Amino acid sequence: MRRILRPLRMAWRRLTSMRTALILLFLLAVAAVPGSLLPQRPLNPDKTNSYVAQHGGWGRFLDSIGMFDVFGSVWFAAIYLLLFISLVGCLIPRIRVHARAVARKPLPAPRNLDRLPENGRFDTADTAPAYVAAARSALGRRWRIVERREESGAITLSAEKGYSRETGNLIFHIALLASLVLIAIGRLYNYEGSRIVLQGADNGFCNTISQYDSWKPGRFAAEGKVHPAPFCIDEMSKFTASYTASGEPRTFRADVTYRPSLDAAPRTTNITVNHPLRLEGDRVYLINHGFAPQVTIRMPDGSVRHDVQAFVPTEAATLLSEGAFKQPGKTDAKQDIGIEGLFAPTPVDTGNGLITSASPRVSDPVLSVFIYQGDLTGSGAPQTVYALDHSKMKKIGKANLTIGKTVTLPNGVAVTFDGWVPWAGLQVSHDPAQGYLLIAAVAMVIGLLGSLGVRRRRVWLRIAPGSSPDDGSPTVVSVGGLARSDSGNFTAEFAGLLTRLETAGTPVEPNVSADAIGAGKD
Amino acid sequence: MAGINGSMAHLSDGLFTTSIAIYAAAMVGFTAEYAFGRVGRKLEAAAPAPARELVGAGGPPVLEPATAPPAPPKRPAADRIGRWAVVITVLGALVHAASITVRAAAVDAVPWSNMYEFASVSGLVGVLAFLAVLWKLPALRHLGGFVLLPVILLMFLAGTVLYSEAQPLVPALQSYWLAIHVVLVSIAEGALMTSAVLTVLYLVKSRHDKRHDEPGYKPGSLGALAAKLPAAAVLDKAAYRVVAFSFPLYTVAVICGAIWAEAAWGRYWGWDPKETWAFIVWVIYACYLHARATAGWKGKAAAWVNLAGFGAITFNFLIVNIVVSGLHSYAGLS
Repeated sequence: MRRILRPLRMAWRRLTSMRTALILLFLLAVAAVPGSLLPQRPLNPDKTNSYVAQHGGWGRFLDSIGMFDVFGSVWFAAIYLLLFISLVGCLIPRIRVHARAVARKPLPAPRNLDRLPENGRFDTADTAPAYVAAARSALGRRWRIVERREESGAITLSAEKGYSRETGNLIFHIALLASLVLIAIGRLYNYEGSRIVLQGADNGFCNTISQYDSWKPGRFAAEGKVHPAPFCIDEMSKFTASYTASGEPRTFRADVTYRPSLDAAPRTTNITVNHPLRLEGDRVYLINHGFAPQVTIRMPDGSVRHDVQAFVPTEAATLLSEGAFKQPGKTDAKQDIGIEGLFAPTPVDTGNGLITSASPRVSDPVLSVFIYQGDLTGSGAPQTVYALDHSKMKKIGKANLTIGKTVTLPNGVAVTFDGWVPWAGLQVSHDPAQGYLLIAAVAMVIGLLGSLGVRRRRVWLRIAPGSSPDDGSPTVVSVGGLARSDSGNFTAEFAGLLTRLETAGTPVEPNVSADAIGAGKD
Repeated sequence: MAGINGSMAHLSDGLFTTSIAIYAAAMVGFTAEYAFGRVGRKLEAAAPAPARELVGAGGPPVLEPATAPPAPPKRPAADRIGRWAVVITVLGALVHAASITVRAAAVDAVPWSNMYEFASVSGLVGVLAFLAVLWKLPALRHLGGFVLLPVILLMFLAGTVLYSEAQPLVPALQSYWLAIHVVLVSIAEGALMTSAVLTVLYLVKSRHDKRHDEPGYKPGSLGALAAKLPAAAVLDKAAYRVVAFSFPLYTVAVICGAIWAEAAWGRYWGWDPKETWAFIVWVIYACYLHARATAGWKGKAAAWVNLAGFGAITFNFLIVNIVVSGLHSYAGLS
């Protein structure tokens, strides 16, 4: 039995030592570095995949050891879990020790107070008991004071203060542990859904998984243990974007109609970049925005279709956007029409028929269309709504259209650019733990202030009565002090305290030697 | 509403350049005092003498008229130069503060929304922090050059590489958290810069002390300079106390950043490169605080941890803003 226990106890002791904690802390800092320098899959999957593709074997090797998802990797988790355990192992005994220290009386005075790092001595005309009372009131209430009587007849005072330093230290570390737990709980129960909403009626959505364009659940949310609150964003009645003359964004605002629950009366509000809509348990953010061009398409069979599609911005600065329109025609007749489009809010002709954009502000916008006819199903692979798979289609024409213009092709197919509406990307986030996390964070700061700001001090006074009270020989007071923490300048502090203590007593007649104050300073 | 007052922005640039020149003059003064003055090992004994010449709270401190009461004993030249250097520094800080205020008026927003403005504000915080230290500890005056040198370098970098035209705020920055978060970061990081300077001086001094005790030691010119530094233990303790002040502040700054990120980006923490490096900086200074309390790590090892922390701050400010792209890309460059 002992054979198993001893190594275990050794390992535990080593894990919970300050040195190990320090090394783990360092490792944590170092391990975070690649997470900031390499593209990370959870943040930017496209960039990550192209990085891996560009770097061949090296990229695949980095991928296999989790370098593209550092903060979700096993080794990062291993470091912080070990740190967590080390912290728990370190805290439990410290809490016990501190509780005992708080309960215990301050220690008796050492025999030689003048051996302490700070010390001093003075005389007073007061009797010993009278001076004890004076010293107590001079020290004030911040000190915990215990009075003892020595065999020689001297009275000693043991004074201690700054217990809240260790209290703060413990609060900080416990709050830190609580934060980690709360972050983990938040990760399990959270979800994040996003949805593109076009301005105008009939484009709203409700907070259910099926109505989102993308859905990122935490583990329990993915298992269906979290029930999204039943609210609906019924309509974005207006989206406003304003820019400076040079095209710098000034304001983005989405005016929405919503219902906090399915049977509630509709309300209106606006969502801006720093002001999400906060519902019970969920927040609705305005994340991005763009343009949705509207077209009218005359199909090969002569029928007329109206279509509006959200385009994705490809240039953040000018909002040049691209997207696609897909209109199926008669089945098996290769009469589907597909259009690849490029939308330039402030168009600039680059000279060779290609259009680009100069500014995100809309001013006589142009829609470039590349029109295809054939079979929309393409290779059969899943397609995004923003791109066209024209592997089974034939290009039949192209044109740059301003609003109201139509291009008519020889086979009768025609495309009209009717106009555009703005769209907004709304994101719904749910994290039940974040409010509690804020409380834990505030507790961490309070603990930190105590831990780094409070000064732990011990002071002893030995008050020895004069050799014979009748001849007026004075009471001798010797004082010693010990700083138990680094903060502050204890030498200056002690000098001030010594002066206070001396002036608290009645001074002796001036013929007495004045070698008293500040003696023994190094 | 998006008005940028061009002539005011221009005036701000002029004041900025002027303040660099004034700081440079003050630095020359401090350096002269350091090189030719009679401060050094007997520093502590001489300390209380030039007490409390700086008055005025809140605003930059002002120097009382140098013409003291009846017939003062003639001060040595180095001492007079040092006093004048303080006056010049105060003047520089006033011009610097004016530059920042005019810039704020020109953009009609808080003046720390891009790297140039942030660097300028941090530099001013550094100078004010030094003046505040001088008020309490006038004996450290001759070290002014060591503080002004990084400030001047930072401001030079700000005025050349990092410079960007005055611009109104993009929507994500239109929040009162900009005032709180960035001011806290700049105070904490400005103070941590001071701690790093003290730590370098500590390492120089302790190396000098060690060499000094070796037999056959001959003081070189660097050794002569190191001899005038305060005692190693004093520098080490001062560096620690600055960190003990800055670390909670930095923690609050990061928490405020998280609260703001929750409102602006939809999550309180997302391992954006800037956030990641803020985390790294925080962990390194946590290491420093623990290292100072651990046997075998005290002294030099802890000092190097402190410098690693400041290295991470520098990386976070320069490399992450300029090279790595992320949500915090407000450098105003490119």
